[in-house]
Amino acid sequence: MDFLIMNHMGFPILSALIFLPLVGALILLCIPGETAAKNWTMLVTVVTALVSLPLYWNFDATTAKYQFGEHASWISALHINYTLGIDGISLLLVLLTTLIMPLCVLGSWRYIDKRVKEFMICLLLMETSMLGVFMALDFILFYLLWEAMLIPMYLLIAVWGGPRKVYASTKFFLYTLAGSVLLLVAIIALYLDQGTFSIPTLMGQDYSTNFQILIFLAFFLAFAIKVPMFPFHTWLPAAHVEAPTAGSVILASILLKMGTYGFLRFCLPITPEATMIFVPYILWLSVAGILYGGFTALAQQDMKKLIAYSSVGHMGFVTLGIFVLNQQGIEGALLQMINHGITTGALFFCVGMIYERTHSRELDAAAGLGKYMPVYVSFLAFFSLSSLAFPGTNSFVGEFLILVGGFANNKIVTAFAIPGAVLAAAYMFRMLQRVVWGRPVNPDHSGILDLNVREMVTLAPLLFFVFWIGLAPAPFLKVMHVSVTHLIEQVGVASGGTVSVAKLMIP
Amino acid sequence: MDTIVSVKPLLAILTALAGSILVMMSGRKPNIREAWSFIAAVTMFGIIISMVTTVAPAPLGEGKTIVYRLFSLLPGVSVTLRVDAFSMIFAVAASFLWILAVFYSAGYMRGLHEHAQTRFNACFALSLFGAMGVAFSDNLFTLYLFYEIVSICTYPLVAHHQDEEGYQGAKKYIVYLTTTAKGMVLPAMILIYVLTGSLDFAHNIRTGIFSSGTVDAHGALVTMLYVFCLLGFAKNGLMPFHNWLPGAMVAPTPVSALLHAVAVVKVGVFCTTRVMLYVFGTDLMHGLNLGIPTAYFVSFTILVASIIALSKDNLKARLAYSTVSQLSYIILGVALLTPSGIQGGLIHIVNHAFSKITLFFCAGAIYVATHKKNISEMSGLGRSMPFTFAAFGIASLSMIGAPPVAGFVTKWKLLVGTMQLQSHYIGILLVLLASTLLNVAYFAPVTYRAFFGKRPEGEAYAGIKEAPLAMVVPLMIAAIISVVIGIYPDFMMNFVKAVTG
Repeated sequence: MDFLIMNHMGFPILSALIFLPLVGALILLCIPGETAAKNWTMLVTVVTALVSLPLYWNFDATTAKYQFGEHASWISALHINYTLGIDGISLLLVLLTTLIMPLCVLGSWRYIDKRVKEFMICLLLMETSMLGVFMALDFILFYLLWEAMLIPMYLLIAVWGGPRKVYASTKFFLYTLAGSVLLLVAIIALYLDQGTFSIPTLMGQDYSTNFQILIFLAFFLAFAIKVPMFPFHTWLPAAHVEAPTAGSVILASILLKMGTYGFLRFCLPITPEATMIFVPYILWLSVAGILYGGFTALAQQDMKKLIAYSSVGHMGFVTLGIFVLNQQGIEGALLQMINHGITTGALFFCVGMIYERTHSRELDAAAGLGKYMPVYVSFLAFFSLSSLAFPGTNSFVGEFLILVGGFANNKIVTAFAIPGAVLAAAYMFRMLQRVVWGRPVNPDHSGILDLNVREMVTLAPLLFFVFWIGLAPAPFLKVMHVSVTHLIEQVGVASGGTVSVAKLMIP
Repeated sequence: MDTIVSVKPLLAILTALAGSILVMMSGRKPNIREAWSFIAAVTMFGIIISMVTTVAPAPLGEGKTIVYRLFSLLPGVSVTLRVDAFSMIFAVAASFLWILAVFYSAGYMRGLHEHAQTRFNACFALSLFGAMGVAFSDNLFTLYLFYEIVSICTYPLVAHHQDEEGYQGAKKYIVYLTTTAKGMVLPAMILIYVLTGSLDFAHNIRTGIFSSGTVDAHGALVTMLYVFCLLGFAKNGLMPFHNWLPGAMVAPTPVSALLHAVAVVKVGVFCTTRVMLYVFGTDLMHGLNLGIPTAYFVSFTILVASIIALSKDNLKARLAYSTVSQLSYIILGVALLTPSGIQGGLIHIVNHAFSKITLFFCAGAIYVATHKKNISEMSGLGRSMPFTFAAFGIASLSMIGAPPVAGFVTKWKLLVGTMQLQSHYIGILLVLLASTLLNVAYFAPVTYRAFFGKRPEGEAYAGIKEAPLAMVVPLMIAAIISVVIGIYPDFMMNFVKAVTG
């Protein structure tokens, strides 16, 4: 247990975070009335968010060990334990999750008008399992929560979704399940080899190369579907388009991050040799995703689809950053995961707000809204700029670091990613131009009201983070620094120092 | 290098930002709105002038550099402001011309009863915010940040008329500028960071920020980065990425005047020259032999743009191509890498600003008074609008480079700089001479026809008189200053000479 620093907060903070939403959901079962259900969910999510804040203040950024650790034997016959802990890689993702959930509740306030209570229960169950995935240090616990996430997400799309919700939700479910099965196979193979489910113990073991390759491929497929990496992305646009606003936000902000989190947590440290073997292919796949996402987004008429495809592009940047395997690249990728959660989440909220007013997601139907909704388009403009990595916003810092890492590692591959950055500007400006200005003659929007206070409160915190990370990213980078260095050592040691050469190229 | 920390550059750019916000808030009351613009412009100019004594070289001031750090993003990447002699060249000219432009645009917009004047004025101030930010950048990141802000904030100005033509022009504008910025400047900036670990500008024009070891090891890469920086700042109007500039002429004339003669295009050349001198440095450019090829490359733009200008009958289009051509003078001068050449290039930032804004002001005044856009329709108009055309004539002389108007100083310095070259001076000399002749060919007929041409048959000229005073006075002032800085170039030359040391 030398990888774990036990929790010293006086109460089991990680367990509290996991179980607060779950208990909240159970209590919600007994609460009658829609408004009461909304208020209660709001309260639970806000309390969870408040409880999670001390994680940042008490986090020790000088060690790569897992902190706030909790350990209890669960099924001792199979060596299954209840082990929780977070390090610099998961800390920000946990905080992102707890902070985005209250906004999801707020953003669904008017959007959801049927089965409100059930919807809120799904949201809370999602929160429990998402937080658990980021905290679990035992493979079975991880897998349990990973799978548990599927069901409420499926329901969110299938019950509260748009016209093609059955198709979208089934596709989402099948894709993710296919990946999960392979994940389970890999987990069991590792258990048979090492006799433990403890994730940190499984890292850095002396596996044979063939074994590593098989494990890596199983992991890779599961996580690549989740990210989603090109060409495993086709479930994403369908799911995004049909999901309700909160569903899209959760999907974009947090669920997609689980794939990249999986790469960082499992692929790199457990199968470093295989990682080194597959790096070139994955880098090119990332670039393909960046370009494919960009071009496809440029052609979309449906705003949700546009943002969904932009996600494919952005996540391509994240995987690019991860697999260049140097400090800048991985830190940039981690930061970009947070940035994408903030910015794309906000953009989905923005689209939802238009949908609530015009009942359409078509770009043409929204043309020229700027004249009637100046506050709204100001928010939209800032989030769009953030999405295209405008300097001074959060995504710029992430993209900058990723490209710095990329150029230090492989100039050719990274050069091919640059058009992706240009495309991001193209499709975002195109959307912005339509919504703010439109054409010489626009649809009649008279009578459409600008944002109300609730909607502004939903977007304002996200805008705050856009500029905070964009102008002073140090507080976010410093917590991940040591963990990322440790991660690179884990990969580098096994691969005979290839990475350290890459590191040397950066002064 | 003496540096002192002062909040003044921040105050200067925040003045424009605050002005923009106040304009937005007082949209209902046009007089108060214009008053805010005016107050912001005057305040900004005042703050910038107050820095002269600190920044200007010895006899005039202390020759120090003002630095103010705002945000620190990553090691070597920060948002930092810097005021040195180089920034002052651009800042003094642009902030002064903003004051004139405020009056002029009030007269123009009201004279034509344009719509959305509040948005127009707010974006105008925002563009100045960006332009001053560029002038006061201490590193490549800050420069890039404000460069992009200028791109974004001028989009509404170009698309102002919101008709098909306006949207097309604005689309072209934003596509050209963001594609080049993100496609070339961004990767160049990142690679410079990878190679040097810092984006901060050097403090003199010689050393640059690359260590000699890096240059030796990655000569080809550094050359490529240089090309990316040269072409990437497409606001400099360099061919082949110049096409946005004539396209953006759909904007109202005050926009063309301030932004496409002063702020936007000068942001482009300012960025280009700043990067050439303070990132790469003259030593590196000598070492990798980048100067003369650059000079020949921009010569192409100088000549071709002039020839295209000859063929344009629309006055604003002709001025637009003239701008494309004249901007390359600035880059040409710097690319000569001789002290006089650099001085000639940099002083042209100021000289061209005053003269070209006069020309655009005149074009707008003619349009407001007569609704005429084409040069062929302006025959004999000089007798009805003597002041406007007199100013036009003076500014044309400056563009041609005839004494005693400002442009002469440029031409003189450029010619001297060319003569100082070790080789290739014949080629560059020929370019300068040919372009001067072309300048005469496309500018002289405009004034000549206006005063001596025959009025078209059957047109009543009785009703035509000068444009409103709010327009004529600023254009006269700009024309007079063009003459004054031609006769007494010393004030601005102080800064230019401080740059070359």
